[in-house]
Amino acid sequence: MSSSPYVQLNNLAKHFGKVKALDGLSLDIAEGELVALLGPSGCGKTTALRALAGLQELDRGLMIVDGKDVTFQNANKRGMGMVFQAYSLFPHMTARDNVEYGLKLKAHRTSRDKRKARSNELLELVGLSTHANHYPHQLSGGQQQRIALARALAISPKVLLLDEPLSALDAKVRTQLREEIRRIQLELGTTTLFVTHDQEEALGIADRVGVMRNGQLEQIAAPDELYDRPGTAFVAEFVGLTNPISGVVSKGAIELLDSTVKVLKGSITIGQGIALVRPENIEVVASQSGNATVFSASFLGASCRLSITLNDGTRVTAQLPSSDAVGLSAGAPVKVSLLDRPVFVKPII
Amino acid sequence: MKKSIGVRIWRISIIAVVSFYLLMPLYAMFDFSTKQFGLGGKSRNLDSWRIIPSQPDLAIAITRSLLTALIVMALILFLIVPTAIWVHLKLPLLRRPFELLCLLPLAIPAIVIVVGIAPLYRWISINLTESPITLSGVYSMLILPYTYRSLSAALDAVDIHTLAEAARTLGASIGRVIFGIIMPTIKTGIINGSFIAIALVLGEYTISNILNYKTFQVVIAQIGRANGNVAVAVSLASLLFVLFLLLLIPNKKRLGTVLDVDVK
Ligand SMILES: Nc1ncnc2c1ncn2[C@@H]1O[C@H](COP(=O)(O)OP(=O)(O)O)[C@@H](O)[C@H]1O
Ligand SMILES: [Mg+2]
Repeated sequence: MSSSPYVQLNNLAKHFGKVKALDGLSLDIAEGELVALLGPSGCGKTTALRALAGLQELDRGLMIVDGKDVTFQNANKRGMGMVFQAYSLFPHMTARDNVEYGLKLKAHRTSRDKRKARSNELLELVGLSTHANHYPHQLSGGQQQRIALARALAISPKVLLLDEPLSALDAKVRTQLREEIRRIQLELGTTTLFVTHDQEEALGIADRVGVMRNGQLEQIAAPDELYDRPGTAFVAEFVGLTNPISGVVSKGAIELLDSTVKVLKGSITIGQGIALVRPENIEVVASQSGNATVFSASFLGASCRLSITLNDGTRVTAQLPSSDAVGLSAGAPVKVSLLDRPVFVKPII
Repeated sequence: MKKSIGVRIWRISIIAVVSFYLLMPLYAMFDFSTKQFGLGGKSRNLDSWRIIPSQPDLAIAITRSLLTALIVMALILFLIVPTAIWVHLKLPLLRRPFELLCLLPLAIPAIVIVVGIAPLYRWISINLTESPITLSGVYSMLILPYTYRSLSAALDAVDIHTLAEAARTLGASIGRVIFGIIMPTIKTGIINGSFIAIALVLGEYTISNILNYKTFQVVIAQIGRANGNVAVAVSLASLLFVLFLLLLIPNKKRLGTVLDVDVK
């Protein structure tokens, strides 16, 4: 394997009228890696994915896949497998015919026997062998997406592209299918770009998560790093929950809630700022002489979420193991402090 | 249960009323075609039906009209449908103008169209051929309002963009996308559009008559001038024939879906 990345997107730009859908997006994906592109609706995720698939012309930019410049290659020559949000199965074909479709075309032509073997293999992989002769309208939303996945994988794509493939499904099917996509992806070792606006989905499935904003990549990192060490205020606020609490920064640390914690790179370096504190980094203990009172408590199972009113009137949310939250019901006086974890601090305005 | 019986009675009476309304004229035609006027008074027989085959020009006119309908159908399949798909898929800005253009034949009276098109047809019959089949040209324009509407509705009912893009990424050429993916998907719309078109072509009189082409309807009118009973018999026969065609195709499709379900 060469040392250069398998997929390189370099400085992609595309505008629609006045809207800059992509504004200099650069992204590398290693072979066999699953990268999730995460961002709010309208930030350019779909445009980026479609550009890589060859379905979207760009104003400028360079796309290299497997050492080849594919920037101007037609979509039907690129060998990208794409799974759409919904309703992408060919309605007049059975599940099997859908899966075999790409293998009948010139680009990936395969003999009838091999085609059959391949579709059997893929239907098995997505757990729908028994539904081979069903038409799309006879399948549930989740089953349709499985077939769409099998169809995209049938051509042994260079890159598997998924554009919010789970967003039209209900919650339970969504997590189940998400895990299955990951299992299949690891099993086949397919390089994958997964687009979603759901942070839980992105963090749960990806090797690395790229957070997009206004057509640019804001930060790309492994899920835990992205969550624990956000590089910008946008990332901190978009990925997971945060409590904005003001404090004073000096010498690489911030003082707040009677605690002193380190500040993350990218934060302001001196003066008054707003720390973005994760609920689970807030420590709460019952104390008559504390600095806050519990406003409300909600039990989430293994953990418990407390809404707490500080003495200065600010409201913060803390999340702690249910076992530590015993007796902390509404009205209880508590002492709130911070766990010793670095925090991102943004300027006041 | 009681309510469902009430509903059923409603349904049956509505169907009865509608059927009566639709079938009465057909019955009246049949009644008229079997009546003999003059001498015997009340005698009834199938004479007018029996002499249909011996009518001059009739067989040839039917063949011509059917052939014309077939050509129009081919034009729909290979010209109008791909164009409609292309406009929906690639030229969204042209959709409104295109729709307007397709509606023009409705807005312009047939007479006016004939006046405009007569010189062209005079030229065609002098320089090329006198065959009435050339009427398929003007007909494929006349049918646009109906055919395009039904195609457009079918195209709007499915997400053809996603289907097209899915097929593209799997390696399909544009042609394959149109003929292999989108056309089968909007099959029902195409069938509906084509049937309206065929009915229109088989029933068209004004233009072919003024341009002096002996199409089916023109010949029926001719027969009607000589013998009203026979003309009505022929009309009824042709109506039943078209009705038969109309009933045949959707049934075949429904049968197909039923079979698909059972195969699993
Ligand atoms: N074909 C298009 N025509 C006009 N504007 C578009 C088109 N595609 C995308 N956009 C605009 O570009 C921006 C980015 O869109 P998109 O990539 O779909 O975002 P996302 O997938 O992250 O929600 C949006 O503001 C959207 O309205
Ligand atoms: Mg999108």
